[in-house]
Amino acid sequence: MTRLLVLLAVLLAAGAGRPASALTYGLTPVRIAEDTWVFVGGTDHFTRANGGNILNPGFIVTGDGVVVIQTGPSRRFGEEMRAAIRKVTAEPIRIVYVGNLHPDYFLGAQAFPDVPVAALPGTIDGIRNEGAAIAGNMYRLVGDWMRGTEPVTPSHAVRGSTVVIGTHRLRLIERHGHTAADLAILDETTGVLFAGGLVFSDRTPTTPHADIPAWLASLDALAGLEFTTLVPNHGRIRSGADAHAAIAETRDWLTWLDGTLRAAAAEGRDMAEMLDHPIPERFHRMNVLRAEYQRSVAHLWPAIERETLPRIR
Amino acid sequence: MPTPRPAPPASAIAALLVIAGPALADVPADPLGSVMWEVLAPAVFGDAPVVFDERVTVLAPADVENALAMPLAVDATALPDVREMVLVADLNPFPVVLRFEPLAARAFIATRIKVEQATAVRGAARTADGVWHVNGRLVDAAGGGCAAPPRAYAAGDWTRHLGEVQARAWPAADGSARLKLRVRHPMDTGLSAGIPAYFIDRLTVAGEDGRPLARIHPLEPVSEDPVFTLVALPAPGTRALALTGRDNNGIEFAATIPMTEAAP
Repeated sequence: MTRLLVLLAVLLAAGAGRPASALTYGLTPVRIAEDTWVFVGGTDHFTRANGGNILNPGFIVTGDGVVVIQTGPSRRFGEEMRAAIRKVTAEPIRIVYVGNLHPDYFLGAQAFPDVPVAALPGTIDGIRNEGAAIAGNMYRLVGDWMRGTEPVTPSHAVRGSTVVIGTHRLRLIERHGHTAADLAILDETTGVLFAGGLVFSDRTPTTPHADIPAWLASLDALAGLEFTTLVPNHGRIRSGADAHAAIAETRDWLTWLDGTLRAAAAEGRDMAEMLDHPIPERFHRMNVLRAEYQRSVAHLWPAIERETLPRIR
Repeated sequence: MPTPRPAPPASAIAALLVIAGPALADVPADPLGSVMWEVLAPAVFGDAPVVFDERVTVLAPADVENALAMPLAVDATALPDVREMVLVADLNPFPVVLRFEPLAARAFIATRIKVEQATAVRGAARTADGVWHVNGRLVDAAGGGCAAPPRAYAAGDWTRHLGEVQARAWPAADGSARLKLRVRHPMDTGLSAGIPAYFIDRLTVAGEDGRPLARIHPLEPVSEDPVFTLVALPAPGTRALALTGRDNNGIEFAATIPMTEAAP
């Protein structure tokens, strides 16, 4: 017992010595349109340096409460986000939308226990099944930033539909391809498209749950929409003609990636030989290019091989 | 994420010095600083001379995205007269991945392996003079790949597909033939409770005359439904390659791989 107390005292002392202020995201929202703000994240991987702050979560002050879009990668992030929203408006938070099952979309949801957290049914299923493993991997990647974070399954299922909240008319767009369920939100009032996981900007797209043909079809659907500003999941926010260009750039990468892997499989290349395969110059402006390309080889190659290698016995 | 790994603490090295004893004098220091090297090298290479050699190329990702199937290729074609190759993952519970005999084949073998934790992975090639030439790299990993049960067992019908073969040969103008083959097999490590080790332990590729061109001896770390890529050097005029194999339960399988362009 005495030994336990000593151990406890040592642990407490160690905890007290930790600089508590070191871990803060320092979130400051950027106003991108009428009533509309975004917490612009980086374009790197999840790291211990950035605490997972690589997404572009946002919020809309509707006049009848705040709509929050994505919650960030950790409990701490969600809490900081909520505090930063409070500095912009006194309006209460009406609803939180989670765009897909990836960690930076839903792991901040603990900060919104008193608010409906809405997602597509496929996202809810995915978080229910994979949420704990996804959270566990985030602890490995970013460490102490995750302290106290637990996966929260969204409480409300939504489908493709149009909702009016305050002065804003929001079109909920139900697609898939980046994951099994991808929610994009078009604010028809301001012309801002929150593209969710479907559109990347200056960052190499990620494919752990991707269905490339479905993703390309979703990009076509988004490209047909009228909007003036696009909020990509990661990277620079785009306006005007540049907004549609982000969709085309994501499509270009996915088309090249899928086509290159299929052609190489047909020529008998091995998966390991594809890791250092040359990537065309036009993609070199995308961050974390080689690393995400190698992840995509891991995600996409085995199925391509399984489908194309002839069965002989 | 890919950050240089710090050298092992001096205390770890000291501990290994005590364990490994006199054999140490013959093992060159590991450029990767893996804590297992001094113990593994004598176990894998015995008394044979060992040199680190950049002419052996090891292809693997810096970060392991799927711990159940990390791609790994070793190319020792820059060396003359390679008789045997061995692939090693230092910190796996079963460090030796496979052995490969390129009897009439290029000194190149590629496959996918399970990874239990971040580790050094190595390729070694033994030349005719008996020297083992070794190279390798570090891979970072969430891990757990060796202790997970095969996915096939969840499907329930795996026995109906056991031993199915997908394969294709790509004949080249110089007479060589790149060969890729995939065999349906759980390749279980035996580390999941209640599931015994069950894996293919021998594969032979032969020409039509029965002359073996290459032998692969897979071990526990090779991934479920294993895929292998190699480059055979069959006799001129060879129209088909013969694949035979056996698992550690004695189940045998065989398939014929046409040398002409296969219909997809």
